[in-house]
Formats: sequence, C-alpha cells, structure tokens
Amino acid sequence: MADVLNHLSNNLPRRKFDAVIIGAGGAGMRCSLQLAEAGYDVAVLSKVFPTRSHTVAAQGGIGASLGNMSEDNWYWHMFDTVKGSDYLGDQDAIEFMCREAPKVVYELEHFGMPFDRNPDGTIYQRPFGGHTANFGEKPVQRACAAADRTGHALLHTLYQRNVRARTQFFVEWMALDIVRDADGDCVGVVALEMETGELLVLEAKVTVFATGGAGRIFAASTNAFINTGDGLGMAARAGIPLEDMEFWQFHPTGVAGAGVLITEGVRGEGGILLNKQGERFMERYAPTLKDLAPRDFVSRSMDQEIKEGRGAGPDGDHVLLKLDHLGAETIMKRLPSIREIAIKFANVDPIIDPIPVVPTIHYQMGGIPTNYHGQVVVPKNGDANAVVGGLYAIGECACVSVHGANRLGTNSLLDLVVFGRAAGNHIVASKLRDVGHKPLPRDAGDAALARLARLDGSSSGENSQEVAGDIRRAMQAHCGVFRTQELLDEGVTRILELAGRVGATHLKDKSKVFNTARVEALEVDNLIEVAKATISSAAARKESRGAHAHRDHPERDDVNWLKHTLWYSDGNRLDYKPVRTTPLTVETFQPKARTF
Amino acid sequence: MSAVVEPSQHAASAAQGRRVVKFSIYRYDPDKDARPYMQDLEVELEPTDKMLLDALMRIKQVKDDSVAFRRSCREGVCGSDAMNINGRNGLACVTNLRDLEQPIVLKPLPGLPVIRDLIVDMTQFFKQYHSIRPYLINDTPPPEKERLQSPEEREELDGLYECILCACCSTACPSFWWNPDKFVGPAGLLQAYRFLADSRDQATSERLDDLEDPYRLFRCRSIMNCVDVCPKGLNPTRAIGKIKELMVRRTV
Repeated sequence: MADVLNHLSNNLPRRKFDAVIIGAGGAGMRCSLQLAEAGYDVAVLSKVFPTRSHTVAAQGGIGASLGNMSEDNWYWHMFDTVKGSDYLGDQDAIEFMCREAPKVVYELEHFGMPFDRNPDGTIYQRPFGGHTANFGEKPVQRACAAADRTGHALLHTLYQRNVRARTQFFVEWMALDIVRDADGDCVGVVALEMETGELLVLEAKVTVFATGGAGRIFAASTNAFINTGDGLGMAARAGIPLEDMEFWQFHPTGVAGAGVLITEGVRGEGGILLNKQGERFMERYAPTLKDLAPRDFVSRSMDQEIKEGRGAGPDGDHVLLKLDHLGAETIMKRLPSIREIAIKFANVDPIIDPIPVVPTIHYQMGGIPTNYHGQVVVPKNGDANAVVGGLYAIGECACVSVHGANRLGTNSLLDLVVFGRAAGNHIVASKLRDVGHKPLPRDAGDAALARLARLDGSSSGENSQEVAGDIRRAMQAHCGVFRTQELLDEGVTRILELAGRVGATHLKDKSKVFNTARVEALEVDNLIEVAKATISSAAARKESRGAHAHRDHPERDDVNWLKHTLWYSDGNRLDYKPVRTTPLTVETFQPKARTF
Repeated sequence: MSAVVEPSQHAASAAQGRRVVKFSIYRYDPDKDARPYMQDLEVELEPTDKMLLDALMRIKQVKDDSVAFRRSCREGVCGSDAMNINGRNGLACVTNLRDLEQPIVLKPLPGLPVIRDLIVDMTQFFKQYHSIRPYLINDTPPPEKERLQSPEEREELDGLYECILCACCSTACPSFWWNPDKFVGPAGLLQAYRFLADSRDQATSERLDDLEDPYRLFRCRSIMNCVDVCPKGLNPTRAIGKIKELMVRRTV
C-alpha cells in the first residue's frame, strides 16, 4: 500500500484553475455563472449531471419581498427570518439576504426562469409558513413560484445560463478531499472521475464548497440519495469546525412511509392539516398563522397529535393533508407535481382524498461556518471569525447563518442564489487573476489516496452500506423531532461505535469503471462526520430552540445558549461562538417569545 | 422517541407475505467482461419496496453491489434513473413494481454507448441539447424589475419547461438512433420550442434558421415513441409540429 501511495502521490495528474466549485446545484451554479461571465477560468465538479442536483426537487417558491400581491418589504422579511431562526441567525447575514432578495429574483427572471404570472404580468407569489406582513400581523404572499416546480425551473435556468457563459463542468466527478498548505490556506482539491476511476488534483486559487446538505444521515428523509454531506466531511477532515449541526429541520409534510416531499405551498394555497377526528388542529397551536406557522412549530404540533392518539390511519401514525376543497382547477394549475407524487407514492388523488403525511427530515440549518461573503471562517488567535484563505462555502452546506435554529420555507432557494452570487462577486473583487497559484504541498493527495487505498486493499469486512444503514437508523432513533438527554447520550455512544466500523468496511467490487459501490463507500466517510457532529452538538445543547426540541430542557435559554456551536472532528470536540446580533444598517431584533 | 415513522415501522402496517421478484439485468463492466451478458437473479423485497428503484437498491444491498445504475431524487424529478424496462424506456423510481411482468428485463437506454451495466454515455444527447442554444436570448437591457409576461403567454411554456433531460424520449426514437450526431432529437427539439414559445425570447428567426436543414428538425418522422415513453407526460411531437408551423408561416 505504501508503494501505491508513493507512486500515485508523485504522479497524480494536475490541472490549474482560478476557481474550483464543488457542487452544481443552485448555489454552485449561481457562483460559477458570476465567475464565468467575468472571464474567470472556473471548473465546477458534480457527482451528477448539473440538472440532477437536489435543488431540482425544491417545490414551493423562492422568498423575496417583491410586493406583487400586497404591500411587502425586506425589513418584514428580515424580521420573519430572525424570529423564524429562533434568534440564532446572524442578523448581518439575514439583513443582507433579505435586501438582496428582490434583485436576485428579478435576475433569475431576466435569465429566463419561467415564473407563474399575475394578470398584470408580474411574478406570482404565494403565502408560505412564517412569512408575514407588518411583523407577524398576518400571512403575506412572498414566495415567488413556478407552479410547484420552482427548484426545477431555477436549476435548469441556471444551468442554461452557464451553458451560455461556457462554464466548464466536470460531470460525474466526486471531490474526495481538499488540500490545505502550511498556512492553512486551501490550494485545491483531489477528485475522482467516476467513469474511469482516475484521480486528478485540481489546483485552485479559490475553492468553493457548494455540496448541499446531508439529509441522508437519517433513515426517513425527503432528500435525494446524493445528499451525503460530502463538503462537510471534507471540511471536518481538513480541521474545519462545523457550526450548529444540532439543528435539523423536519418538514411537516413528507409522504408517510415514502418520505417524498409535499410542498408547504399546498398549505400556502389553502390546504389544511387534519387529525383523525377531522379537526384542523393547528388552530389550537397557532391561532394566527395556523397551518402556516414555521416548520419546527408545525412538526412538533403534528408529533404531539400523533403521540396523544389523534393520528390517522390504522396505526394512528400520521396526519392528513386535505386540499380537495381547493378544487381540481387550482390543484392542476398550481400543484400539478404534488398530485403526481400523491398518486404515485401515496395511492391517493388529492383532488378527492387527503394525503397521509408525517414530519420528515428535510434540511440542515448548520454547516461550514462562513461570513456573508461566503468565506469560510474559523476561530483563530482570539478572532471567532478568522478567514480561511482560498476557501468559500455556499448553500445548504454552509452556515452563514441565515437560518439559525429553524429555516423558513422559500429561504433555502434564496440562500443559494444570494450567497452563490455574493461569493462570486467577492472572488471577482479579490482580483484573483493578478496572483499566481500557491505551491501545492508535497503530500497534497495523501489523505484522499489513503482512503482509496484502504478500500482497494480491503479483503474482508462488512459492506459499507450496512454501516450506513445503521448510522441512519441510529440518527433516526436518537435525534428526532423531540429529544431527551438519555436518547441523545446513547446516540453519541452508538455513533462513535459506528465510526469505528466505518474504517473497517470491505469493498468487494474493485472495478475502475463507474464503480458506484466505491462511490457509496467513500460517501460513508462523509456521513459519519456529519452524524458525529449532529449528535454530539445536540447532546451538549441543554435548551430547546427552533428545531432542537429537548424534553428535559423545554425552554429557550438565551442567557446560556444564545450562541453558535462549533464541532471539531479531531477529538469530537465542541466550542462555541457568539451570535452576530448586530445587523448591517438597522436595529437589532431582540429575542422574544415565539408565538404564532 | 419521536413519532417520525421509520420505514421498518411502516412495514408492519403494510404486512404482506414474502415477495420475491425475478430480474434479468444487462451486465457489462469493460474492466473485466469481454462482452455483455444478461444476469438472472431473484431478490426478496421488504414490504416498503414499492418502485422498481427500491428493488434495484435492494439488489445492490443484499445480492450484488456491483450492479451499476444512476439514481438520485427517487421521485421522478432529477431524471437520473432512466433505463429500458421490459422493452420500454422509463424512470425506475416512478415505475411501480406491481405494473411489471416478471422476469423484469432491464437494459440500458438504447442507442447510446454503454459505459457499464445500466449506465450509458449521454454525451451525444447533451451535445444536441446544447446545440439548440438552450437559454433565453434577449439583448435589450433588462428593466429594473421583472419583464412582464401575461398568464396566457406564460401558459405557452407549460408542457415544455418541465423536461427533466432523462433521455427516455430521444433514446426511444429510431431517427435519433440513426443520426444522433445530426438529428437534434425529441428532447432537444422540445427545448428549442420552449424558447421559441417564450414571449421574452427575441431569437426566433436565428433559432428557426438553425433548425432549417435536412436533419436537425426534419428527420422527425412522427413515430411518436417520444410521447409514448415520456415519464413527465410531455409531447415532443407536438412541439416539433409547432416548430414546423413557425417555419411555414415565416416563408409565406
């Protein structure tokens, strides 16, 4: 094995780029567009063809205070986002995002995105959970929508625009590990071409993580199979902490049993949740916003209904999403894909019958810590947010943090586009073309090569997917909607045990050509880092905030816990840093009790 | 513990007997196989396994992890898992097992080079997609806000923009099999019309010029296999007819 390492380390092929972006979803392609149009030499790596990235599955809309339906402004959007985050969001980044929102949506329209339209020709907007007018007074229509295929429309439009800009894509390439030099700066990435099994070192003045979330660390998830947290794994292995990983969003409406997403836009269009008695129970929990309360709130209410015996179905294990009263015409026009999904995955036609739904893991609020330019930041010499040279992170893999402890619906697509664009602009402004590449350290490919060599040299052991399955089941059982100290502590023990098994798996298929078993085994190295970060951060946080609902500590504790968690893989160590409560230009929104 | 349902819990409520499904799968790994072959195998399903993709994942998990296929969203929107299923192109993730006769015969999409097993090289397919300039062309400076478009104008894009580029249609098309380098194919032409039909696009004339040749558009013989197999229910033949109409209209 040492032989192989030496040989490969010295002979790995190399290519140089100004910038390398890892991931071709909404964030990666918005960033690459900015760079390609500015004439930069940019490479975008993706495990899948760009339009197959998980952004494609987003349904309901992208949030922006266009005010096309009624009065709206970015300041109300900012308030909703801060309150939705349970005050854990960084208010400078949130102000930036909400101010930028209208501009980036208009830009998408100019790129050709097929938004639905109002009779006056403007972009159609629908109501969504937690979005209100006048600081919580009443729901507002802020979600700019392309039927219930907004993510698809957005992702294809961005790909198309990148085709126009001649962005260079490396399709079906998996990034394995980033390369940091002695200064800690990122100087490139080692990647695997899936079709040939060959490795390449991509040298870059700037590397951008845009690798999406890691929803596949849970057994029941709305996420695509590719969402294995590759960027988070790479960052953790490179010594970069992960922020606020205890905060995972359960989407209230995953199809029971299948996990497939049913957009909140259904409730935006007037759909309602019912328990087995046919009661619209959200009226009890959230008298003002009802079914359009934020997701953490609705998920907990549903869970409560089910626990108290009012769940529907033979096992009382789900609730019902009723939308037949919207009428066939609205459903066919505004929610056509939802109907398709319900028929295929739940055997019900929502024009006639309600859809059985359960809260299902959907979105990771935490991630690689960044500032609002997308630069990765870590604590260093007393500075909680010292910039890591040459490294950016954007989209779901990043923690800016605009979502804090709970994300509002439609803010994820917005996050991708705003911070993808902002990172691109920041990179352009840094005048990269005037500087050369930093030299690659001698051991540049070693970490990635060692991982591959272990798999290729394995002759016995369990299949990586057995370990992956156990990780998912453990996370599902120990880190759900409601958490207890006992469950979390047991979970930490189980996940750390599983981490030992990850290093001893066996890869039976040694083929070089499009070896999907090898790719999946490499993904497990990333899953386990995210699982460790999540369960360890959750077990330590002794309060309830946003999506982290702790039975033993049911109240939010702003005195002790209004702070961001930082988890380091090395030693499974935790640290904390303050929330940035000072916005860019306006007054701080002080924490208040969250009622809806 | 949370009430979020694990797949295994659901299994109990959907209690069924043992379900064994027979497959015949096209296998070819150029790294070790001299030539392709069909592999017969049986797999026992879990009660939650409903779609063909579930069964393929089960095969990979319990039978043979070397079976190679693409997959991602598992809900019919990313377009990864297109394959030839009992002789017909479709997406594994939205094909219900109960609708399939056994043994289920799985082959790669026809007409494209095979990389391995059920994975084809889609370069030619995407080359054709890129050839139609699949992006909005409008050289007037954009307004400060959105370009206005009436709901009726926007409706013209319905049935076009929803394409997921899975290639089921183009690889079911005999004209594309014969001339994949010259005939744009149904997927590319559907997108060509998507931009022709967009009230915001200004390149109608250039787009039509580009398609006016003996192959790019006119190799369509209205066989309609594309319409028959599209997993999203789209109609490329209709779009091709509309392009031809535009061409006729501009000559008179």
